Amino acid sequence: MSDIILQIDGKEVKAAEGMTVLQAARSAGITIPTLCFHEKLEPYGGCRLCIVELESRGSTRLVVSCVYPVEKNLVVRTRSEKVDRIRKMILQLLLAHAPDAFDLQDLAQEYGADKNRFEKEPSFCIHCGLCVRYCAEVKKKNAVGFVDRGIRKEISFIPEIAAHECWDCKECFPLCPTEALQAAFVLTKALAFSSPSLEFAAGE
Amino acid sequence: MAQINTPAELEEFRKGILSKRDPDKPCVTLCSGSACNASGSTDVAAALFEEIEKQGLGAAVDIRRTGCHGFCERGPIIVIHPEEICYFNIEPKDVSEIISETIKGHKVVEHLLYTDPATNEKIVHESEIPFYKYQERIVFGSNSKIDPKSIDDYLAIGGYSALAKALTGMSAEQVLQEVKKANLRGRGGGGFPAGTKWEGSRNAGGEIKYVIVNADEGDPGAYMDRSVLEGNPHSVLEGLTIGAYAVGAHEGYIYVRQEYPLAVENVNMAIRKAEEYGFLGKNILGSGFDFIVKVHQGAGAFVCGESTALMTALEGRAGEPRPKYVRSNVVGLWGRPSVLNNVETWANVPLIINNGADWFTKLGTESSKGTKIFSLVGKITNTGLVEVPMGTPLRDIIFKIGGGIPGGKKFKAMQTGGPSGGCIPEELLDLPVGFDELTRAGSMMGSGGMIVMDEDTCMPDVARYFLDFLTDESCGKCVPCREGMRQMLKILTDITQGRGKEGDIELLEQLAETAQEAALCALGKSSPNPFLSTLKYFRDEYEAHVKEKRCPALSCKELINYYIDPSKCNACTTCARKCPAEAIIGGKNLIHMIDQEKCTKCGTCFEACPPKFRAVTKISGVPVPPPIPEEARTIVRESKQK
Repeated sequence: MSDIILQIDGKEVKAAEGMTVLQAARSAGITIPTLCFHEKLEPYGGCRLCIVELESRGSTRLVVSCVYPVEKNLVVRTRSEKVDRIRKMILQLLLAHAPDAFDLQDLAQEYGADKNRFEKEPSFCIHCGLCVRYCAEVKKKNAVGFVDRGIRKEISFIPEIAAHECWDCKECFPLCPTEALQAAFVLTKALAFSSPSLEFAAGE
Repeated sequence: MAQINTPAELEEFRKGILSKRDPDKPCVTLCSGSACNASGSTDVAAALFEEIEKQGLGAAVDIRRTGCHGFCERGPIIVIHPEEICYFNIEPKDVSEIISETIKGHKVVEHLLYTDPATNEKIVHESEIPFYKYQERIVFGSNSKIDPKSIDDYLAIGGYSALAKALTGMSAEQVLQEVKKANLRGRGGGGFPAGTKWEGSRNAGGEIKYVIVNADEGDPGAYMDRSVLEGNPHSVLEGLTIGAYAVGAHEGYIYVRQEYPLAVENVNMAIRKAEEYGFLGKNILGSGFDFIVKVHQGAGAFVCGESTALMTALEGRAGEPRPKYVRSNVVGLWGRPSVLNNVETWANVPLIINNGADWFTKLGTESSKGTKIFSLVGKITNTGLVEVPMGTPLRDIIFKIGGGIPGGKKFKAMQTGGPSGGCIPEELLDLPVGFDELTRAGSMMGSGGMIVMDEDTCMPDVARYFLDFLTDESCGKCVPCREGMRQMLKILTDITQGRGKEGDIELLEQLAETAQEAALCALGKSSPNPFLSTLKYFRDEYEAHVKEKRCPALSCKELINYYIDPSKCNACTTCARKCPAEAIIGGKNLIHMIDQEKCTKCGTCFEACPPKFRAVTKISGVPVPPPIPEEARTIVRESKQK
């Protein structure tokens, strides 16, 4: 496999074909923030925080580095006025859901994001899908999934699978970027009130 | 039915069909598309069959239930051939008169004809009606000539001759080059050149490739793809098969929404018939080319019209777009090269092969060739599907074909391109319709939705409506779309309900930028368009809402009050009797007033006030004038004084 030379933040970076810009940057010790990325999982491209600026033939464009493949002579800027502005907005949008998440707070400081920019709707979940994808791709159990879509989307454990698989695993718990107990809470809820009729009876 | 094995056999078979058809035999065609079915076409059909029998005409008249004719405003439509006498808004009770007068008596039934609103003249023939006269219906026109359930009808108008020509007279490369030369651009949204897309797949490695029909049309008010698939499914199959041959695919999919039952039924039947006749399957027309087509019913998600989401859904997973920077014509369905075009694009292919790229490029503008079918809806006199050459000025579509705005109202804007398109204001109405022209104006072609809006439409509210739709339909995978739209919708709702704050417009602009730059798929990236285009052309309306709490179109309920002008009120009690909230104070000879506390702003009084008085008005941005003194409220009528 031939090496590809590209430029990230003015630094010459050597990468192997098939690598993403994010991988190339990290291998060279350059930080790009991510929330939905995990080395063991297929790139998801959901949080869009790893957005970077590419320069080619005099014009610039924005791409997300976790899925963009490295190319010869690519010029990448991991920070720019526009990139920072977009990251700030993404963080503000997420902080409305998880204002107290440590990871988000650190990033908010870096990018000057105001956690009170939008009205709070604390749902804690920011839909990064790490728990869902880890369970599916690494553990191959599919005990937790997404239900519904759009702004109504949420994570949910499937009681029939979770009851058998989750007690001895719980590996998804620490993956959560907003709240370590998020998955634990949803799991407990799923198992405690495993059918809609029970959920109804319990006044949920 | 024995299979047709060669182009010569096909021509022989076609001649056989035509020789059995007497062009002078009366044929009643009845529009039976989904729109006309909803307006009672099925009952009309039953009445037709019964009446023909009753009047003893059984074998002397043909009845053909066709697909959509396009003039849905006036449906159900009957056209009687060979004279092409055209009747509109047909009800079962009209049928007996049509049969006895027109079929038997060769006379025209005057009261069922179209009356030109401009000249008040009755028009007998379809082609002379302004709605049709200014159209160029190369794709959609066949709909009214054939029964979509009859493959013989399609063959009778030359169906599958393009397939025969391509498979046996042209190399795959030649087919590809012809489509490229025609510069056929995708009619589903992006306007990407189909030939270039096909070429990418053809040149991509691998034995297995796919061709796919996108029939997941989901824009509110748009139904052109639905109507083509319902009314002329073989044209789509023929185009798809030609495309498969050019690309080197042997398997095709039709992704059609489950909410289009007639389209699903008709395309399934068309596939069965095409297989039976040998236009699909092994060794098609003796060419050695094999191709099969499967139908996949979508579960009705707007996002599944996006190419990668559609393919993910086809694979049996939740329909969410993929974050890949590799085009799906190279890595698509199950990781194979996959060409996805929408219904209308595929339906254009047989025409290009039969008539040649030079014929096709004669129509249209520099960068947009051929015709485009639009779904013309909203505040327009002639609602329906229209097909015009690219380059036709928007003004002609609205006024010549669409008949203008009903009720003497003024045109305000036209939303094109579906929910993620944009609004075109009156000053741009001379814009020739085309992919790049509309994009430059801040809107887009999209799949061809055209929603006409009049002076009573509030533009911030239009943006709110489309954002509401898009928020509901967002897949929720990426933050700029899911969370950005959630906030945009909230702010727009606040603005239209009088809770707009200083800085809201700027915040909306920032959210729009985030979505445009950072959203995962094309739908997410274009989701702020309804806001951006209305802001571009109607910024003053946004500012009036935010700063003055005023709705200039007098449409936003929370920002208006109904008020009875005491100088115009004649105390006729019409409004008072109709008010469901009992909010109107007044009686005989007593000028009416609205109790603003009780008023629910339903607008009943506004509608009820007799046009000769027009005393009920809407006001916005100003306080309701104080009630007039009690002693001034009594009306003393002159007639009573005498």
